[in-house]
Amino acid sequence: MNQTWLTVLRRDLLLALRRRSDIATTLFFFVIVSSLFPLGIGPEPAVLSSIAPGVLWVAALLAGMISLSRLFAADSADGSLEQMLLAPQPLAWLVSAKIFAHWLVCGLPVVLLAPLIGLQYAMPNDALWVLVYSLLLGTPTLSLIGAIGAALTLGVRGSGLLVALLVLPLYIPTLIFGAGAVAASAHGMSAEAHLSLLAAVSLLSLVLAPLATAAALRISVE
Amino acid sequence: MLIAQGLACVRGDRLLFKDLGFVLEAGSLLYVLGENGSGKSSLLRMLCGLLTPEQGEILWAGKSIKNHAELYLPNLKYLGHLNGLKDDLTALENLQMGARIAGQDVTATAALAALTAIGIARCANLPVRVLSQGQKRRVALAALWLSRSPLWILDEPFAALDVAATEVLAARISEHLAAGGMTILTSHQDVPIQAKSTVTLSLSA
Repeated sequence: MNQTWLTVLRRDLLLALRRRSDIATTLFFFVIVSSLFPLGIGPEPAVLSSIAPGVLWVAALLAGMISLSRLFAADSADGSLEQMLLAPQPLAWLVSAKIFAHWLVCGLPVVLLAPLIGLQYAMPNDALWVLVYSLLLGTPTLSLIGAIGAALTLGVRGSGLLVALLVLPLYIPTLIFGAGAVAASAHGMSAEAHLSLLAAVSLLSLVLAPLATAAALRISVE
Repeated sequence: MLIAQGLACVRGDRLLFKDLGFVLEAGSLLYVLGENGSGKSSLLRMLCGLLTPEQGEILWAGKSIKNHAELYLPNLKYLGHLNGLKDDLTALENLQMGARIAGQDVTATAALAALTAIGIARCANLPVRVLSQGQKRRVALAALWLSRSPLWILDEPFAALDVAATEVLAARISEHLAAGGMTILTSHQDVPIQAKSTVTLSLSA
């Protein structure tokens, strides 16, 4: 069972490695969007550090969206989706490997880069750590919920925009708790409550999103 | 044994076929004939469980394939119009990973032997992106040399193949049938496949 899961994961990572431009697009988008704000708003440290949590979280959220429409599109076009549907393992299980690969390729680099960008915003040290924690807890949710949107819009023309319309409203809780955690910490309060809620949202989507995605994929191949 | 009873297929608002049924026993070949658009591919997808029939049911070993997919799928090898190959992976990687996802551990040596059997071994380490249509088809078909599934469902397996590859593939299918396997296929060309019994199913458009 794990053998199949690991194979799906390895295949997606290998494909990402051979098409590095896809990873680079996500990262550059995150870096550029989050660097534009200090340039546009001006170098006032007080202003910057107060907008930082929201701006960095929104940038991370949008960066994760860019690659979503490609999550299942290639598999559907070349027939490997059919083969995954006919695999003896449950589809939701294989889908979870694909989502994990998507997070490793598009989510994790953003988490690692975020503290560097945070420095541009004159964020206090503690808040930088909370930013990393909150992104680490929250970005998997973005991939998980995003996968549902990607599966639902599979084969639809102009699916990129449609995914955004479907998925962005569902990202709101993650955004509120994620940015809230960083803001709380920047104001010297405990971020624990926000982080707990963020983890709860993550766990819930971890259980439900692969099932919903698998169901949407089944409908899309009919 | 695969049994189909009273199958009906509707695509859009068009009825493609109804009351279609057959029994496929070990060692026999089901040959699905019909014009373009008569529902051959839809029937094959239905038999895989990818498409839900409008009416009727499909039984594998006496159990419905819809409710007992976990019993049915390990016995099935399906090859559709799409090859299921990743352009950026090499032929060998595609074959090995494809087999693993289908739940079968395949060594590089076994995968290479399969590619040799269908005469494409020299492309084993090339990315599939650079291969021709016929070569890609051969890479996808090489999976049949690795498959241990008793039921093969093949949609136009001979399309894009040259004469030599067609013969090799026909021989492989005959061998599979002789060993007690079952094959369902569509084809527009006459291919000499040896089978204990051949059932022909004609779909009219």
